[in-house]
Amino acid sequence: MVAKQKMTGLNGDEASAFATKQVDPDVVAAYPITPQTIIVEKYSEYVADGLVRSEFVAVESEHSALSACVGASAAGARAFTATAANGLALMWEILFIAAGLRLPIVMAVANRSVGGPINIHNDHSDAMGARDTGWIQIFCENTQEVYDTSIEAWRIAEHIDVQMPVMVNFDGFTISHTMENVYIMEDADVKKFVGNRVYMKTEGTQGEVDFKLDPEHPITIGPLDLQDYYFEHKVQQMEAMKGTLKAIKAVDKEFEKVTGRSLEYVYPYKMEDAEVAVIGMGSMMGTVREVVDELRAEGIKAGMIKLRLFRPFPMEEIIKAIGKVPVLGIMEKAYSIGGAGAPLYMEVKTSLYDKKQKPLVADYITGLGGKDTSPEMIRDIFKNLKKIKETGAVAEPISYIGVRE
Amino acid sequence: MSEKKRGWKTLPKGAVPYKSSKDYKTGDWGVAKPVIDHTKCSKCTLCHFFCPEGAMTVRTDGYTEVNEEYCKGCGVCANECLVKCIKMEMKK
Repeated sequence: MVAKQKMTGLNGDEASAFATKQVDPDVVAAYPITPQTIIVEKYSEYVADGLVRSEFVAVESEHSALSACVGASAAGARAFTATAANGLALMWEILFIAAGLRLPIVMAVANRSVGGPINIHNDHSDAMGARDTGWIQIFCENTQEVYDTSIEAWRIAEHIDVQMPVMVNFDGFTISHTMENVYIMEDADVKKFVGNRVYMKTEGTQGEVDFKLDPEHPITIGPLDLQDYYFEHKVQQMEAMKGTLKAIKAVDKEFEKVTGRSLEYVYPYKMEDAEVAVIGMGSMMGTVREVVDELRAEGIKAGMIKLRLFRPFPMEEIIKAIGKVPVLGIMEKAYSIGGAGAPLYMEVKTSLYDKKQKPLVADYITGLGGKDTSPEMIRDIFKNLKKIKETGAVAEPISYIGVRE
Repeated sequence: MSEKKRGWKTLPKGAVPYKSSKDYKTGDWGVAKPVIDHTKCSKCTLCHFFCPEGAMTVRTDGYTEVNEEYCKGCGVCANECLVKCIKMEMKK
């Protein structure tokens, strides 16, 4: 049965803070940074007003914020943090530690470009810098997805087949500061959905125990791990990440039962007969959907694929969504300086390489540092993709959209 | 260690060590070992407190004793000994 819900106005940051308030994690350790600041402000208010029982740790840096979460989570607590851009960069070494030690921390990231030159606006360079750290990464298109994902993330992180940290990404300002209508659940329904933290079993020197620091059943978490075991432990982590796809789908389905809203890894839109299509993540995919509808009305067979889950990379679902489309554009607010292309382009192209039937692929880097990705720019991308289809060749594999020369 | 080491499929999750550090005998690391001359020893136990490995135990009679299963032969005890009753001898 779908739970009772009501509509309210929230921006992305408020949605993240409100959902987290309903979950009421044991520890929240965060440091304010634009455009995530509202999350920390709101949550501090909740704490001051006695609306949550969370221990709020006002840390002196993001490095400390995530370190505090690592300690709390290892002690068996639910721990939440939030950051953006250079704050996420400052957490970098702890990202590996949180993931390597299998700590189910949830972190909100209001995606912002990593300086320098310093810039406070949206792109995905912060999250892409963290893509290989071992965190599950989900990208939201709108505020509703931020709210839903901020609740669902706990169940994913703590799923017995997952036990890994989850990063809830949403575009800085475009989502974080834009008020939208959001359906919210009752506190009790959220509590019921997230339940209590589930601990994975591990084996210490005294045999099988819950994975948490407990003086009654002591284990050591995070000691030196050298040539003899480190590689084995990393393989264990990589293989475990592969296995999370099934668990995430199961949580998505359960969430749908409670809210009536379906959450997927990949959202194909008008792909069945598409002749030109784009794939991308985040808020700009809402604009792309509008453009696809306009182009369809004009008789152009356009399609799009919105990607919500980036880590683990849902390769099979993406290939299925791409289907028989002959030309595919990758739209991404990220880059890899000196790389073979931007991150999503490299992943999608690699996924397609072994397939017999594959589209021609072109990469479109857009909106770095918050530059607007307008419907006109997206129309230009589709125009370019049509040209690729007609000529049968990708003249320019990587282009920059809306940049002055 | 003659025991077969575990692979990634059977290692405990979260990189938790399944063996105690006590099972890790480091006594064969050293090239030298401390030898205590109890006739000169003043029972000050400085060597016990300075030993970085906890491999210098204090006996009930007050004298200290080297635990050769764990002593790495660093020589800190011999260096700190006030009456110079500890000599580092090369292992054969």
